[in-house]
Amino acid sequence: MHAIESKKRIQTILVLALIVLCAAAFLFPIAWMLSTAVKAPEDIFTPKPELIPSTWQWHNFADAWSAQPFGRFLLNTLIVVAVSTPFAMLSATMVAFGFARINFWGRSALFLFVIGTMVIPWDVTAIPLYIQYNKMGLINTLWPMILPGAFGSAFFIFLARQFIMGVPRDLDEAAEIDGCNRWQIYWSIILPLCRPIVVVIGVFHFVWCWNEFLTPLIFINDQSMYTLPLGINLFKNAFNIEYEKLMAVSCLSVLFPATLFYFTQNLILGGISLSGVKK
Amino acid sequence: MTQSNAGHTLMKRSFRRKRLRENAAGLFFISPWLIGFLLLMFGPMMFSLGISFTEWNMVGSPKFIGLKNYIHMFTNDPFYFKSMIVTFKYVFIMVPLQVIFAILIAVLLNRATYGIKFFRSIFYLPSLIQGVTLALIFSWMLNDDFGPINYMLELVGLPRVHWLTDPNVALYALIFIALWGVGSPMVLYLSALRSVSSEYYEAADIDGAGPVRKFFNITIPLITPTILFNILTSLISAFQTIVLAFVLTGGGPANSTYFYSLHVYRNAFTHFKMGYASAMAWVMFILIVLLTGLVLASSKYWVHYEDDGGGR
Repeated sequence: MHAIESKKRIQTILVLALIVLCAAAFLFPIAWMLSTAVKAPEDIFTPKPELIPSTWQWHNFADAWSAQPFGRFLLNTLIVVAVSTPFAMLSATMVAFGFARINFWGRSALFLFVIGTMVIPWDVTAIPLYIQYNKMGLINTLWPMILPGAFGSAFFIFLARQFIMGVPRDLDEAAEIDGCNRWQIYWSIILPLCRPIVVVIGVFHFVWCWNEFLTPLIFINDQSMYTLPLGINLFKNAFNIEYEKLMAVSCLSVLFPATLFYFTQNLILGGISLSGVKK
Repeated sequence: MTQSNAGHTLMKRSFRRKRLRENAAGLFFISPWLIGFLLLMFGPMMFSLGISFTEWNMVGSPKFIGLKNYIHMFTNDPFYFKSMIVTFKYVFIMVPLQVIFAILIAVLLNRATYGIKFFRSIFYLPSLIQGVTLALIFSWMLNDDFGPINYMLELVGLPRVHWLTDPNVALYALIFIALWGVGSPMVLYLSALRSVSSEYYEAADIDGAGPVRKFFNITIPLITPTILFNILTSLISAFQTIVLAFVLTGGGPANSTYFYSLHVYRNAFTHFKMGYASAMAWVMFILIVLLTGLVLASSKYWVHYEDDGGGR
């Protein structure tokens, strides 16, 4: 009896030790980012790199921020996120409601089709989209970043549909008897119940927009329209990389999604597990 | 008689009207996606398919050249197969490793008694950092002469590795970096593991099964739907990978990280060979469709859904 108990304790300690080891490996790059951000440039290129800097140069953050118009880049990023996120949440749940609750002609086939669009590589649509945006005068504007998410992406529609299918139909029927039309059922019954999945969509979309590199890289050439990822990339040119500045701005940039994730993580993980990835 | 007939047609008419109303309502609710699809996907896809049969530099008008683009890539473009091989190597090493790591970490976390939330956040944190930043953190850490990783290797008496400048190593270095994004699938596995009923394990305990057998005979089969989802999504995105190579190596050294998507990007936006780039993109599209189709077709042999009784 005693032997079993101590064997179990050793197992628990072993598991914990393994986790701490893995976690340390995962934290190391982030710790490195933070430490590089406050290092003096001469402390960076030493043959004996140290995790704890000898001098802490907090002014790196201010220097880096003013080295490029980061206020402008932040504003651009915020505009993209602020405009597209509400649309992404609304359109994904609306489309999902249509697929989950309305028995229209060709519904299942169309839904499969929606899922199928996830397979289309960006390479296929990038060139024609460039031409199309060019004709519409949208190159060097923020619209190419706002539009795709605003119409509802397949992945979010899939998640929201799974969630809505789990909501009892009795609620809809009761509302219908009370004389609600479809829009009222969606707006005042289903949507409020969808709050967890709406938060998941909102946060994922936010993080995706915040970090998106390829879309602005292709459709934006004018520096005044850059978003944060492109701005950060400016510290890296063909000849050198200004590491301390780059890391300083990266730290500031990651603050937004990290804060958002921290405050919503329970809702997010709950939302995912409720919506389930099975089938 | 006439009355019931009238009632019948009335019912029929109201039924038909109801069907019509359902269709209209359906159309209304899915309209955001439909508009987005027609405007931002279907139109561009058809356009790129058309353009792939032409020679076009975006300035003049496209010149129809039939299948020449497709023939050229298979017979005359030395970088084409090179980039194809690089991409396949990346996909077939990176996807299995990611699946295995994500499952292992999730299983470990699921067994931990303390601090699951804390550790969960730590493993998820790198997924929140944008690709460019993560890439550059690693480019610095893997720096030949001044990076901490080579320094640590030296401390324990191992030779320095030219992570990003040795053509034999660079691709593996990129795979290693990409694995830091394992947090998002890990979170999915964790929630899948949570929903595995403990009854199965209790039954296995009675049968006297050890932890390894329990892992392979119970845990793995029960999370196969999540594994399928993970394989499909990471397969699709790994084939289109570009950011790491774009930021870190630019396709080098010696084209050892010259991914297919990078080849498409260069042809389209550096050389403005729009027709050729479109043709290449379409070949990639068909390849991804075939491969995901293959995975889906194979899934009926290894994916178990609890409700069809295949869970054991």
